[in-house]
Amino acid sequence: MNDVQHIDDTLIVRPEGEFDVHTAPVFRQDVERSLEATRARKLVVSLKSVSFIDSSGLGVLLGRHRRMVELGGRMAIVSVPARIRPVLELSGLFKVIPVYDSEKKALEKM
Amino acid sequence: METPVQDTMLLEVPALTQNVALCRVAVAAFASRLDFTVPEIEELKVATSEAVTNVVLHAYDGPGMVCVRTACRGPCLEVEVQDWGKGIPDISQARQASYTTMPGRMGLGFVFMESLTDHLEVSSEVSKGTTVRFRKCPSGDNAEADRLAGGAGPEDAGA
Repeated sequence: MNDVQHIDDTLIVRPEGEFDVHTAPVFRQDVERSLEATRARKLVVSLKSVSFIDSSGLGVLLGRHRRMVELGGRMAIVSVPARIRPVLELSGLFKVIPVYDSEKKALEKM
Repeated sequence: METPVQDTMLLEVPALTQNVALCRVAVAAFASRLDFTVPEIEELKVATSEAVTNVVLHAYDGPGMVCVRTACRGPCLEVEVQDWGKGIPDISQARQASYTTMPGRMGLGFVFMESLTDHLEVSSEVSKGTTVRFRKCPSGDNAEADRLAGGAGPEDAGA
């Protein structure tokens, strides 16, 4: 279960640990359920406590971004740790999903 | 004269999602005895994760095994990920960026493996299985990486 917080029309999700083919479906399910329950139209994903990510994790992030666009909403990624930043850069994800230094910054800018 | 022992590892586990982490952590632990930097070890973890994830998602319709072999080749690490599943009918198509047979996936597995390692080889036979081999050398050893370019996989490392 991922840490999920709902503030106004924003859902903040804070996955922890390793983000791969085993854990990404749980994240997807948690986000989908919370979006349905809250009707939030902004999604902020904090990667602060993510220690590993591969293309399965990145695919689920990109999928949530597509979902938010479909819903007429927006998504941002925040607090990307240095150790997983190169993989995110390599994937081109930063060109698609806005990235901010902190949750606070994202809430201000979105 | 004593022959130096060629260090190797062999790990065979069921092709299940929960074993992907086990495989990449084992490869990282093996790699940590070589002169890799922390970011390079992270790159090896991602490359291994992609190779094993491909097996878990694509190789079998039912249960099956995945085998991860590693070997030290001089200062470099060679990793081989093998399955005995369906095989890939068109390897060059499978290696293309964004190619995927599964909706919702990015098709970045082979792109990551290629980008994060020094050399990648894929061999496959339909209904027999697939073997992915990659090699990574510590960044301080470019000369060794060049010398080994085109070399063989872990099976030949001790020869």
